[in-house]
Amino acid sequence: MAKARQTKDTAQQTAPKVAIEVRDLVTHYGDRMILNGVNLDIYEGEIMVIMGGSGSGKSTFLRHIMALEIPTSGHVHIFGKDIATITSDEIFEVRKKMGVAFQGGALFTSMSVGENIKLPLRELTNLDEMTMQIMARLKLEVVDLAGFEDLMPSELSGGMIKRAAMARAVIMDPKVLFCDEPSAGLDPVVSSQLDQLILRLREAMGMTIIVVTHELDSAFTIADRITMLDKGRILMVDTPDALKNSDNERVQNLLNRRTEDVILDPDEYMQRLTGEALDRGEHR
Amino acid sequence: MITKLTAFSDRVGRTTLAMVEEVGHGALLFMESLYWLFGGWRRGQPVRIDSIFVQMIEVGVRAIPIVTVLAGTIGVMLAIQGIYTLRTFGAESRVVVGIALSVTREFSALITGILIAGRSGSALAARLSTMKINQEVDALRVIGINPVRFLVAPALLAMMVMLPMLTIWSDMVALFAAGIYVSLDLGISMAAYIDQTIDVLKVDDVLHGLQKTFIFAILITLVGVVSGNSVTGGAEGVGRVTTRSVVVSITLIVIADMLFAFLTTR
Repeated sequence: MAKARQTKDTAQQTAPKVAIEVRDLVTHYGDRMILNGVNLDIYEGEIMVIMGGSGSGKSTFLRHIMALEIPTSGHVHIFGKDIATITSDEIFEVRKKMGVAFQGGALFTSMSVGENIKLPLRELTNLDEMTMQIMARLKLEVVDLAGFEDLMPSELSGGMIKRAAMARAVIMDPKVLFCDEPSAGLDPVVSSQLDQLILRLREAMGMTIIVVTHELDSAFTIADRITMLDKGRILMVDTPDALKNSDNERVQNLLNRRTEDVILDPDEYMQRLTGEALDRGEHR
Repeated sequence: MITKLTAFSDRVGRTTLAMVEEVGHGALLFMESLYWLFGGWRRGQPVRIDSIFVQMIEVGVRAIPIVTVLAGTIGVMLAIQGIYTLRTFGAESRVVVGIALSVTREFSALITGILIAGRSGSALAARLSTMKINQEVDALRVIGINPVRFLVAPALLAMMVMLPMLTIWSDMVALFAAGIYVSLDLGISMAAYIDQTIDVLKVDDVLHGLQKTFIFAILITLVGVVSGNSVTGGAEGVGRVTTRSVVVSITLIVIADMLFAFLTTR
């Protein structure tokens, strides 16, 4: 009995903790259903890559797990707090543990790179200017942007903007880092540098990292697990190797960039082309 | 025919709902701004004084040249029209009364309000809409910075301080410019003109103009913010909401001015 309890305790100790828990998530924009019953656990310390074609719902999903949207139904728990019922004080505390690198960087154009990176410290802590300066320079070193703190965002290249955004996202040493399309619009060399940066950040800071991307090379390089979204549903959640070896046709189509043959009903096709005119008999 | 009627009523219904929603959004923004302005420090998140000063310079100090030019022109224009009209009755010497009252009670506040709506209200709408499109507003939220505290409250306070200040400046410039014209045209000295103006004006007249500017300041800021927040699309969307903010705020300023005059002169 005692041995059984000990085994159970050991299992609980080694089981990875869930950082973000999504249950039966459903979201509509107007009449259009974007997410349809999504369930997912994201564990502490893992790099989870979310993939899917255009319109698969991955950006909307990301907005939900960043607590920027409230679901139509279902639950999103971040560090155990349900975002639908969370109080403003609780969400404030949750957001202190989150860092986000947006697709376009979302750097404040009226501030220098250094001011952008110091902003969370300035607004959320009581640190003195010198400490903030040192911390900002430290993070700029991590993203290989040392010496660029006085430049304005408009003076940076696309890759530099993404790295500066990454520096701002990690300035508060968050527990979870969200990266929205970090490689989008970048050349392969810069894209690979960003992949290495993400891996380095996890190594150095031990944070949970959630990356939305449609770059296959990038996804397979950095991911511990990959979530494949398709038409608002989860197609598969597994390791990169398991995904590659999956016999799911839709997964293979997405991975190998194959389009699906759509079988059209001739009447429906005619209706789509002619619209209301056909209903009114104007085609005669 | 029935389909067209249904579509029309559907459109009217949707537009009305959207308007009600925007009014409600504006009212909430106003209340939330007041909350952050007066209660933010208690939560350890005060509205930054430097942000307020930056906005005050942008809204007020940088507008002084254009306000001066417009106020001077309006003053001279009122003097020309006043003298021309009163000459019919041989009462052109009474023009000082007309100028003093119309400038302080009406023209300064209205012209300054319209000018600032076009200049700063549109800038606010353009800035917020661009920030929203670039996900800068989302970035503030995920950092844990309330966008109303960071963006709206400083702009609102700056507008509520600087618009009355600009109106006082506009009063002085318009009266002075009118005085120069009157003294040249009617041959009365500038000192006599100033004496007559001081005799005619009551504190109430100046306050009447200034009170309106507080309402104009709130309207300009809230219309700018609500318009900026409603942006969709890219650069085209920014242009659309900027134009809309100017048109809506000028319309509301003129309507509010009329209602204020009606209610305070009963």
